[in-house]
Amino acid sequence: MFNITKFIVSDLIKNWILVLYSVFLLLATLGFFLLEGQGDKAILGVLNLTLLLVPMITVIFSTIYYYNMYEFMVLLLAQPLKRSRILASIFLGLGIAFGLAVGLGLGLPLWILHPTPVALMLVGVALLLTVIFIGLALLVAVWVRDKARGMGFALFLWVYFVLIFDGLVLLMMYNFSDYPIGKVVLFITFLNPVDLGRIMVLMQTEAAALMGYSGAIFRQFFSEWWGLIASLLIMLVWALVPAAISFRMFRVKDL
Amino acid sequence: MKPGFFLLWLMAFFLVLTHELEAGTFHVKKGSSLDTIQEAVALASAGDTIFIYEGTYLENQLVISIPLTLIGVNKPVIDSQGGDEIFIIRADQVLIQGLTLQNIGISHLKDRAAIRIVEAKNVTIDKNILINTFFGIYLQNSSQCRVQNNTIRGEAYDEVNAGNAIHIWKGSQMEVINNHLSHHRDGIYFEFVDQSLIHSNISQDNMRYGLHFMFSNYDTYEENTFQRNGAGVAVMFSKHIKMVKNTFEENWGGSSYGILLKEISDGLMAQNTFIRNTIGVYAEGASRIKIEKNDFINNGKAMDIKGNCIDNEILANNFIGNTFEVLTNSRSNLNHFEGNYWAQYKGYDLDKDGIGDFPHRPVNLFALITDKIPAANMLLHSFLVNALDMAERMFPEIIPEHLSDERPRIKPLAND
Amino acid sequence: MIKIDHLYKKFGRNQVLLDICLEFRENQAIALIGPNGSGKSTLIKIILGMVLPQEGQVYFEGRPIAGQSLYRQHIGYMPQMSRFPANMTVSQLFHMMKKLRKDEKSRDMDLYRAFEIDQMGSKRLEILSGGMKQKVSAALAFLFDPKVLILDEPTAGLDPIANEILKEKLQKSLGTGRLILISSHILNDLDDITSHVCYLMEGEVKFFKPLEQLKAETAENRLNRIIAQILKHTDTHV
Repeated sequence: MFNITKFIVSDLIKNWILVLYSVFLLLATLGFFLLEGQGDKAILGVLNLTLLLVPMITVIFSTIYYYNMYEFMVLLLAQPLKRSRILASIFLGLGIAFGLAVGLGLGLPLWILHPTPVALMLVGVALLLTVIFIGLALLVAVWVRDKARGMGFALFLWVYFVLIFDGLVLLMMYNFSDYPIGKVVLFITFLNPVDLGRIMVLMQTEAAALMGYSGAIFRQFFSEWWGLIASLLIMLVWALVPAAISFRMFRVKDL
Repeated sequence: MKPGFFLLWLMAFFLVLTHELEAGTFHVKKGSSLDTIQEAVALASAGDTIFIYEGTYLENQLVISIPLTLIGVNKPVIDSQGGDEIFIIRADQVLIQGLTLQNIGISHLKDRAAIRIVEAKNVTIDKNILINTFFGIYLQNSSQCRVQNNTIRGEAYDEVNAGNAIHIWKGSQMEVINNHLSHHRDGIYFEFVDQSLIHSNISQDNMRYGLHFMFSNYDTYEENTFQRNGAGVAVMFSKHIKMVKNTFEENWGGSSYGILLKEISDGLMAQNTFIRNTIGVYAEGASRIKIEKNDFINNGKAMDIKGNCIDNEILANNFIGNTFEVLTNSRSNLNHFEGNYWAQYKGYDLDKDGIGDFPHRPVNLFALITDKIPAANMLLHSFLVNALDMAERMFPEIIPEHLSDERPRIKPLAND
Repeated sequence: MIKIDHLYKKFGRNQVLLDICLEFRENQAIALIGPNGSGKSTLIKIILGMVLPQEGQVYFEGRPIAGQSLYRQHIGYMPQMSRFPANMTVSQLFHMMKKLRKDEKSRDMDLYRAFEIDQMGSKRLEILSGGMKQKVSAALAFLFDPKVLILDEPTAGLDPIANEILKEKLQKSLGTGRLILISSHILNDLDDITSHVCYLMEGEVKFFKPLEQLKAETAENRLNRIIAQILKHTDTHV
């Protein structure tokens, strides 16, 4: 498996989109710190960019990559290799390549410019989102045979998690604002890894106080260490469940 | 002036002088014949001085009804052992200095205090240490008293079982200076106290308010630090208050603020610093207050100014690093914002006069939404919210159009 | 060697394979022929485990292949179209394949040498022409000296010289206990190397007979003429 992974990684790190992605993250992070100076404002800018860009590039690129690798997978499948091993290699290869891109584009400048718990959390969340959206991309790509439709779905997933979900939440809150929805809000955040990741980072910043208004349970959950661990676990569930489903589908798929 | 009158004055003067010369001193010392304060107080006559030497004195309910001076030498400790109050002062001209008072029991029937001052004038409480005393220093119906240089530390664990560190109920011309107050219900409590000064105190980690201030007029508080108090500082139902150069910081929590201004008028709030508070200034029914040259830094909401606040002037403040700058619950605006520095200002200054070329609207749409639906705070800094906010600033529909600073500064002011 | 037992396959509503029963043995070289859409590629993919049948079973050396992968070390497969990772070079590809199957010691480098693949080693697979990709594919299929060779339209993109090299290689491989399965519709190419003909039509096996028998039945010599004869015959029959 690691042989295939190695080749996929070495294939990906030469991909100009991935290089551009990493360089863009790097320049944007540096830019935020140059323009906004040290502190939360720059971090917030980087956070906003990360939450928008990382899921988008990851999910779209990974979906395309799967379709482009289709013939290669067929070639590999003609070898005495297990199907799960082939998909796992792609998953892992994408994970490592995108992980490196995020590490270089976000991790490196933050480590140099702003080595704080917030920055660490931000990079951690970016990496988790990377894995999550690779999993979602594989789910879509394995499920949908047609490349154009698959890309459409991937794009929709991104819009959904970044925009539509929040819009629905806001509408729901507006209609149920007279009810005690503190607990519900906490569970709602679990349903969207982008929101969960954003809150995990924000709770490390000055904005934490305002987040507290979302409800006592909400505040308590995110400010305690066990809440943080629970959040990480939920993110991991998000990373693993779509991937696991895609593996199950891939096992019985006609290629 | 008639000569007879002059003579009378002279005699009176000598009388006082000789009285002073005759004033006795008592030395309360462990192992000596005079080893309780109780005894010394009973023996002393007006104007006497009692020195209390090191050691622990298990005494309480020491009633002082004549002018006396009590001075601790080498930090003697008076321990009430969970019992009643230690000093009850019912006379003028009393000085209590250098004592350590501790362990007053919690009572739900009576506000027990380490030192209670009742209907007295000119009492000074200086350089004492009060530990675990339910209420610390309790002044009622008194005037011209000074509470200074004391350290008052409670061990409160909840609001119901906690008393205030310095509690003043009805009084005037009081001075509360340079005390360190912590872990009580309120750090300083003022009710019906006029023309008084609160200066250079540090009030921190109290359950409720760092300063709780009601029905008190013509007071000044200056250069105090209020830190990590449950709800911050509350100044309510008062007039002509001067609030200058105080620091309000780290009042985090669901319903906490740097300062709550409620039903107050004609005051001045200047050169204060608000750092890391959930809400910097929360104003409700405040009018004719001049809020100027303050620094609002890294607060959740720098200022929440309700629609019933009128004719306040918000001038030359710095708003830096706050999540939301101004919040209100009204579409109209009856206050005046001018010449402030707003870090969120997106404008430019082409004519280089230091003033932005177009006005700044400090009210954020999402701040209004979360004010109505607190749970929506979970969407803070999400893409949706940022997009909505940008759209709203361009075409104001919901945010108060007239709440704007017509002359926003381009650079922060040096307010020190 | 390969036994196909009552195989059914549908893609959606489209019945692609209908009750296929076949048995391929060693030393056979089977020409799998039939019109486009007759199910040739699907059958090959089922044998390779890439497509899963709805019903029926494929046995490789007596064992069902469902859920298995190891049997494929005995199969060399050359797909109809070859696409490879864009940024990988030819030598990297061979290197990777060898590493993936490093436990298999026997190598057959004949085609690798004959196609002079070493000379394009540093080229990226993306920039290779279709014919060059087919050469790479063919060399890969033979690389591990497999017992079974499955070639899906092998001659489509190859130039005449390469075509001859491949045919020679296939002829050499015959009679060494191997099984060769070639799907093609360019029948002329298959003449010299075919021992059996399997004709698929609309998902059904029309016939599966030794070439000699077909020659005798139709009194024709060339494969394309044989097929034409049979088809004419069946048409008039129907």
